[in-house]
Amino acid sequence: MNQLQNFTKGFIKENPILVLVLGTCPTLATTSSALNGMGMGLATTFVLIGSNVVISLLAPVIPDKVRIPAFIVVIASFVTVVDLLMQAYVPSLYQTLGIFIPLIVVNCIVLGRAEAFASKNTVLSSFIDGIGMGLGFTLALGILGSFREVAGSGSIFGFKFIKGDGILVFILAPGAFIALGYLIALVNRIKKN
Amino acid sequence: MEYIIIIISAILVNNVVLAQFLGVCPFLGVSNKVSTALGMTGAVTFVIVIATTVTYLIQIFLLNRLGIAFMQTITFILVIAALVQMVEIILKKVSQPLYQALGIFLPLITTNCAVLGVTILVIKKNFNLLQGVVYGASISLGFGLALIIMAGIREQLDLADVPEGMKGVPVSLITAGILALAFMGFSGIVR
Repeated sequence: MNQLQNFTKGFIKENPILVLVLGTCPTLATTSSALNGMGMGLATTFVLIGSNVVISLLAPVIPDKVRIPAFIVVIASFVTVVDLLMQAYVPSLYQTLGIFIPLIVVNCIVLGRAEAFASKNTVLSSFIDGIGMGLGFTLALGILGSFREVAGSGSIFGFKFIKGDGILVFILAPGAFIALGYLIALVNRIKKN
Repeated sequence: MEYIIIIISAILVNNVVLAQFLGVCPFLGVSNKVSTALGMTGAVTFVIVIATTVTYLIQIFLLNRLGIAFMQTITFILVIAALVQMVEIILKKVSQPLYQALGIFLPLITTNCAVLGVTILVIKKNFNLLQGVVYGASISLGFGLALIIMAGIREQLDLADVPEGMKGVPVSLITAGILALAFMGFSGIVR
């Protein structure tokens, strides 16, 4: 597999949310608007790149038996970095995403990539894999967030284009489940053809 | 009264899966059969109650006292991972039947974001220890309630004629959405 394929596989073919259905908790919780969804996506991308690089460097040194706890420590360190950075530079986004920033630690995508890819590949491919997977995640969150924002409050990235409210249920919890359900069904359908 | 509000709010109004989106992965993963849903609920309740107690004490007596509260995420996830291992070993020694029932679900719990989520929320909400434990237990009951209802629905859904592209995850998500809609009816019971 060349590096370009390695980079683009996360977008559609192995998209972490739409195809592998990993990390559904932050996907549902943070996509009430396009901006929140993409903010969450980028935070996760940062953690993915950092943990992928460090884990691919450390993998030969870590004994096989304790590799999962070791990976978790590396991931948790990067999550703490993101947590502090976001608190300092984007406090309003930090407030909205709230508890889901520390919860990036238990996002199956990050540990999944560490275990399935970074621990077995070179630093460069792990770095590219991290960017690709992270952007695929961000893309899916962006699409879902845009849809929910357009349908739910009649705006996109904060710009309102209708008067009054949209279909409010799409901003609330039930809309998240229903929108993601139809999005995955749509991807299944496209993949079939 | 204060405890009753915490309990009702955690189980019905702010249901952990359907309103707060914590623990959606196991919710979709193990809600195929009512019996597995019951096993998972038992294991989650067990771990959440112990984890809230331990992490609460660590936060108060270690992290806050040493002024290293920013280490919260790293410490909590390690404590939870170690705790799950320990619970598994102790259960195996002490109670074989309980281990048989909960055993296979225990390793899955480390990556259940409800556990880490609850322990962080207890600190964020400034609960005392008893409130924290009551909150943790109610959250687990809410998780169990959602899981068991969902398992009941999915057992029926197996017999239904679902369109090809909707099979599996999509139809489960949409069912969960309708369930969440039903749970929204509880909002307003407590503030």
